[in-house]
Amino acid sequence: MTSLPQPIEGAKKLGLVIDLDTCVGCHACAVNCKEWNTGGHSAPLPDYDKYGAEPDGVWFNRIHSYEATGQDDGCGGRTVNFPRSCLHCETPQCVTVCPTGASYKREEDGIVLVNTDICIGCKLCSWACPYGAREFDEDAGVMKKCTLCIDRIYNTSLPEAEREPACVATCPSRARHFGDLGDPSSDVSKLVAARGGVDLMPELGYNPVNKYLPPRRAMIPTRATETPVRSGTGFGAALLTLVDRVLSR
Amino acid sequence: MPKDKIDYAAPVGDAVAYTTCYMCACRCGIKVHLKDGRLRYIEGNRDHPVNRGVLCGKGSAGIMTAISPARLRKPLKRVGPRGAGEFIEIEWDEAMAIATDRLAAIRADDPHKLALFTGRDQSQALTGLFARMFGTRNFAAHGGFCSVNMAAGGLYSVGGAFWEFGEPDWEHAKLFLLFGVAEDHDSNPIKLGLAKLKERGAKIISINPIRTGYSAIADEFVAITPGTDGLFVLALIHCLLETGSIDTEFLIRYTNAHYLVIDDPGAPDHGLFLRDAAGKPLAFDRATHSVTDAMATATDPALLGRFATSDGRNARPAFDVLAARYTAPEYAPEAVATRCGIDAADIRRIAAEIAEIAFNQAIRLDQPWTDTEGRTHSTMTGRPVAMHAMRGISAHSNGFQSCRAIHVLQMLIGAVDTPGSWRYKSPYPKPIPGGPAPGGDRHDPDGALSAAVLGFPSSPADLLVDDEGEALRLDRAFSWEAPLGIHGLMHMAIAEAHAGGGDKIDTLFLYMSNMAWNSAMNPGETMRMLTDHDPDGKYRIPFVIYADAFASETVAYADLVLPDTTYLERYDCISLLDRPIGSAHGPADAIRVPVLKPDRDVRPFQDVLIDLAGRLGLPQFVDDQGEKRYQSYADYMVRHERKPGVGPLAGFRGADGTAIGKGAVNPDQLRRYVENHGFWQLHLPAEQLYYKHANRAYLSGAKAMGLIESDDQIVLHLYSEILQTFRLAAEGHGSRIPPARLRARIASMMDPLPIWYPPIEQSMTDPDRFPLHAITQRPMAMYHSWGSQNAWLRQILSENRLYLHRDLAAAHDLADDDWIELVSRNGRVKCQVRIMDGVNPNTVWTWNAIGKRTGAWALAEAAPESRRAFLLNHIISEYLPEDGAGHRASNSDPVTGQAAWFDVTVRIEKCAPDTQEATEPMFPPSAYTPGRGAE
Repeated sequence: MTSLPQPIEGAKKLGLVIDLDTCVGCHACAVNCKEWNTGGHSAPLPDYDKYGAEPDGVWFNRIHSYEATGQDDGCGGRTVNFPRSCLHCETPQCVTVCPTGASYKREEDGIVLVNTDICIGCKLCSWACPYGAREFDEDAGVMKKCTLCIDRIYNTSLPEAEREPACVATCPSRARHFGDLGDPSSDVSKLVAARGGVDLMPELGYNPVNKYLPPRRAMIPTRATETPVRSGTGFGAALLTLVDRVLSR
Repeated sequence: MPKDKIDYAAPVGDAVAYTTCYMCACRCGIKVHLKDGRLRYIEGNRDHPVNRGVLCGKGSAGIMTAISPARLRKPLKRVGPRGAGEFIEIEWDEAMAIATDRLAAIRADDPHKLALFTGRDQSQALTGLFARMFGTRNFAAHGGFCSVNMAAGGLYSVGGAFWEFGEPDWEHAKLFLLFGVAEDHDSNPIKLGLAKLKERGAKIISINPIRTGYSAIADEFVAITPGTDGLFVLALIHCLLETGSIDTEFLIRYTNAHYLVIDDPGAPDHGLFLRDAAGKPLAFDRATHSVTDAMATATDPALLGRFATSDGRNARPAFDVLAARYTAPEYAPEAVATRCGIDAADIRRIAAEIAEIAFNQAIRLDQPWTDTEGRTHSTMTGRPVAMHAMRGISAHSNGFQSCRAIHVLQMLIGAVDTPGSWRYKSPYPKPIPGGPAPGGDRHDPDGALSAAVLGFPSSPADLLVDDEGEALRLDRAFSWEAPLGIHGLMHMAIAEAHAGGGDKIDTLFLYMSNMAWNSAMNPGETMRMLTDHDPDGKYRIPFVIYADAFASETVAYADLVLPDTTYLERYDCISLLDRPIGSAHGPADAIRVPVLKPDRDVRPFQDVLIDLAGRLGLPQFVDDQGEKRYQSYADYMVRHERKPGVGPLAGFRGADGTAIGKGAVNPDQLRRYVENHGFWQLHLPAEQLYYKHANRAYLSGAKAMGLIESDDQIVLHLYSEILQTFRLAAEGHGSRIPPARLRARIASMMDPLPIWYPPIEQSMTDPDRFPLHAITQRPMAMYHSWGSQNAWLRQILSENRLYLHRDLAAAHDLADDDWIELVSRNGRVKCQVRIMDGVNPNTVWTWNAIGKRTGAWALAEAAPESRRAFLLNHIISEYLPEDGAGHRASNSDPVTGQAAWFDVTVRIEKCAPDTQEATEPMFPPSAYTPGRGAE
C-alpha cells in the first residue's frame, strides 16, 4: 500500500476549475489532451482497432453529455456537458490502494501521478477511483492518467504563457481554468468562491482538488406593459405616436 | 522506491511552423510542432484573429488525418465499370494528358459542356476564374446546398450576411438571439464569444428545435418547430410595431424605410420606388410638405401615410407598407403560436426583452465618427441586441425570406453594425446588390466568359434564360427557378447532367465534395444516375473527373481521379476575394504553407488546376507567347492580379511590402506572411468600427484598399425593390416574363417584404402520413465525412442514433436502441433510436455524415459507420413531387435555389424484434481502398 504525503501548510494544490455554465461539449479539451499526452510524459496513449469495428483507446479526459431533469426550463430539464478527468484528490484512495508505490501524490503540488516503471498493471487504482479517471494502457500493461500536463506546466522550454495544461489552453469556450486551489487569493480560488464551485461527490470523502462551476441563468426583467388593444388592422396608438414625432434625416 | 522521471525542459519538437487549419471551414490559425520531420503537436496560434490560441477537437486531431490510410496515393484511371472501384494507378503525365485532351475538345466544341463543381474548398476565386476563362457557365461551389439563403438574404438586405461574414459585438451585446445555430462555420469564434457574453451576464436565447451544444448553455431554449423561424420573427416584429419599439431615426438615416413606393396595383411600376427624372428615389418631407429626394438631409421624412404622386397616383413610404402588413392579426403571437410550437406569451415576452435592451438599455460609446453626409456625431449609439442565424434558417425552402425577416427585425430596432449588435466582418458591407450580374450568355473573342460566372442579378434582365424563359445553366441557377441562385445549385448538378445526357454535359469535374454519398440528396439515386447508360451503351454522363485527398464514396464513380494533398502539405490562400478571415475589427487574410512533404504521388488540386489551365492555354493563365504564366498556386497567390494592384492576398503588397489591399506585386509577399505567422490583419481605427454602411472614414478606406468600388452610403434594403422587379415580371410586365408554370410562384415568393410560407415539400406532402420533421446537425467534433474517418474522432462517435422526444417514443412504444424505419415520401432508412427531452416534440434528428458506405474511407467492412450509422440523405429527394404537367421542381428555396434539406417530413415504423441489426439501405461494398492489392 502507498501512503499519502503529510499535508504541508500552504502547499500548492494545483488543479482545474471547470465551468459547466459555458462548456458546450465540443470535445476540444479531450482531443487536444490526447494529442499532447500521446507524445508527452505518459506517451503513448494507445489506440486500438483504429479503423475497425470497435475503435477504442486511452483518453485522459472524456466528455459526457446528458440531460438533467428536475431543472425545468420549459422543455423538461437541461442538457449538461460534463468533462471528466482526474480530480487530483487530496485524499485519493487510488494512491493508497497501490501495492507498489507506482501511484503517488506529489508533496509539492498535489498532482496525482503514476510511475509506470513500477506499475504492475493490477488495476486496483482504477477500481478505487469513483470518478473513472484512470486509463489502462493495454499495450504496455500499465495504468495511465491525467498528469495535469506536468510536462507543460513546469516546462522551461515553453514560453511562460503556455505553461498550462493542454485542455485549458485549447478550450474554445474558456470553460477550463488552471491554478493553485490551495491559495485562497489565486484567480481560480476566487472564481470558485464567486461562482459557488462544488466538489464532485463530496460525500465519498476524497476531497477533490478540481472544482466544477454550476450553470447560471441570465434573465431580463421587462417593464410591465399593457397589452395593446387590437382594433382591426389599423396601426396602434403607440406606433402612430412614435412616427408622429419630428424626424431628421 | 524508484523516482518517477519527469523531464521539465523537454522541447515540444525540433521545428515549428504556422499555418491555417482545415479540419473544418473555420480557418483557425495553428502552430504546428514537428519532431524528426513528423507531426508532434498542433495547437491554436495565440496571435491569430480567428481563434486566439484555442483549437477545437477537429483541429487537434489533424495529426490523424495527415496519416489516414484513406489518403489517395496516385492518380487513378477507371478500368472496371463505373462504381465498381476498379482502377489502375497512372502517372501524373498520363492523368494530365487525359484531362487536357478531354477539356480541350470540349472548349473547342461547346465550353458549357464542362461542368465544374467544387466542394468545401477555399479557393473559389481560383476555380471561378478557371471556369470563366474556360468559358463555361456551369460552375459553382457548394454554397447552393449550404448557405446561399443566408448569403443572399443578407447581401440583398444589409449588404452583409450571417454565417461567417458577420459577428455579434461580443464585447457589448446584452441580448443574443441564435436562430438555428449549431456547431458549424465560425465555431471557435462563436464559442469564444459565448464565453464573453456569459462572463458579462448577457442573456442568450437559442431558437432551435434541439437542445445540444450552444443551445445547452443558452439562458433560454426555444424549441421551435423546424421551418417556422420566419413566422416567429414576424410575430416579434408584430409585437414591436404594436408597442412602437422601433428605431425611426435608424430607419430614415440608414434604410429605405421612408422611400415612397408606388401604390398602383396592376401598373408596370407598382411596388417600385417613386423616382425623379434622374432616377433618384423620393420621400415625402413633412417639413416642407413636398415630395423630395429621399437621400436629402435635414428633411423630416414621413414613415406612414399615403401621398399623391405628380401623375395623380398614390405612393406610400416603404415602412407604411411594412407596418400595414405585420400589424395584421395573422402575425399576432396568438395566431402563430401553435404553428411555431412556442407559447404566445413567450413570444410577447421575448419581444419585450428585445425592446427593453434595445431602447431602455441602449449604449453610447464616446467615440466621434463622421457619416457619409459629412456630419460628425460625438457618440456611437448602440442597440445591444445581437442576432446570429445559420443552417436552421438556411436549409428550408422558405429560408431566404426567413433570413430577410431577421434582417428586417434588426433594421427596425436599429441593430445593424452598432455597438452591441450584429456587425459586418470586413470586407463587408458591400453595395446592394453585391456585384455585377452573372456571366454565362456571352463570350469574349478569347473564349472567356464576358463576366464572372457567379454574380448578383438586380432584375429579370440579368437572368440566364433562353427565349422560352428556361434555364441556360445546367443547375438552373439564375433562372426563374432560382433567380437569386448566387451560389449555384450543386445538389442538382448530377441529376440535371443525367437528365440532359451527353447533349448537355460531356464532363463533370468535381472537387472535394462527396457527391455520391453524404453531400447528395438521395445518394442511392445519385449513384444510379452516375452509372446509368444510354441505349448505345455509353454512360449518360459521359466523363467524370474527381479530385479529392481521400478515398471517399465518390471516388468509385470517377473515370479519372486526381489525388489531392492534405491541408498540411500545400499552399493555400484564405483570400479577401473569396472567404477571408476578416472581422468587425478590420480586414484580414491568411495562407497555408506546406508543413509536411507528401509521402505519396499526390499534388495540390490548385496546382493541378493552374497546370491544366496552362496546358489549355486559358486567358490569364498564359502569357502573350502562350507560355504558362504561373508555376504553382503559391506563384499565382503572389503574382495574379484581379484588378490592377488587387490580388489574392491583401497584405504586404507593393515593392516594399507596406501597401495594403491595393499595391504592386511583392515577390517577397509569402515570406512576409510566414514571418507574421501565416496571416495579415488591419486593425481599423476606433472611429471606423461601427456604422460601416454609412461611415465615411470606413467606406473611403475600404475603397482605397480595393474592397469596394464606391464609397457612397450603403442604404439598407428594408424593402427590396429588386425582388419586386421579378414579381412584376410574373404579372406580365416587361420583356422577360417567367414561364407560365412558374408565374404564380414568382409572384408570391419574390415579395419585397419578408413573407412566411410553409416549407414547400411539406405543403406537398400528406401530414397524416408524414407528421414529423426530420433534421440533422453536425457533431461538434467532426466536419463532414472527413471527421468520421479520423482514428481519434471516430472513438468519440462512430454510429448515430435517431433522437426523438420522450412522448413521441412512448407513443410508438420505443426504448433506447430499438430499431425503427424512418419513412419519408422518398424512401426509408433503418436506424436505432435514442430518447431525449430537449427536442421539439414533433421533430426527430440525427448527426450528419457519420454513416459510410461499406469499405469506403479505408474502414473495415465491420466498421460501425457502415453498420449502425445512417444518413438521413437517403430519404431526402433533390426533386419535389411532380406537378400536374409532369414537371419536377428542385427541392430548393424558390428564390435562391438553396437545397431544402430540413423540409423533409417523416413517420416512424418500429421494426420487428427479430430484425437484423444493421442499417438499411445497405449498398454492396464497392469503393476503392488506397493501396489495396498493392501491398
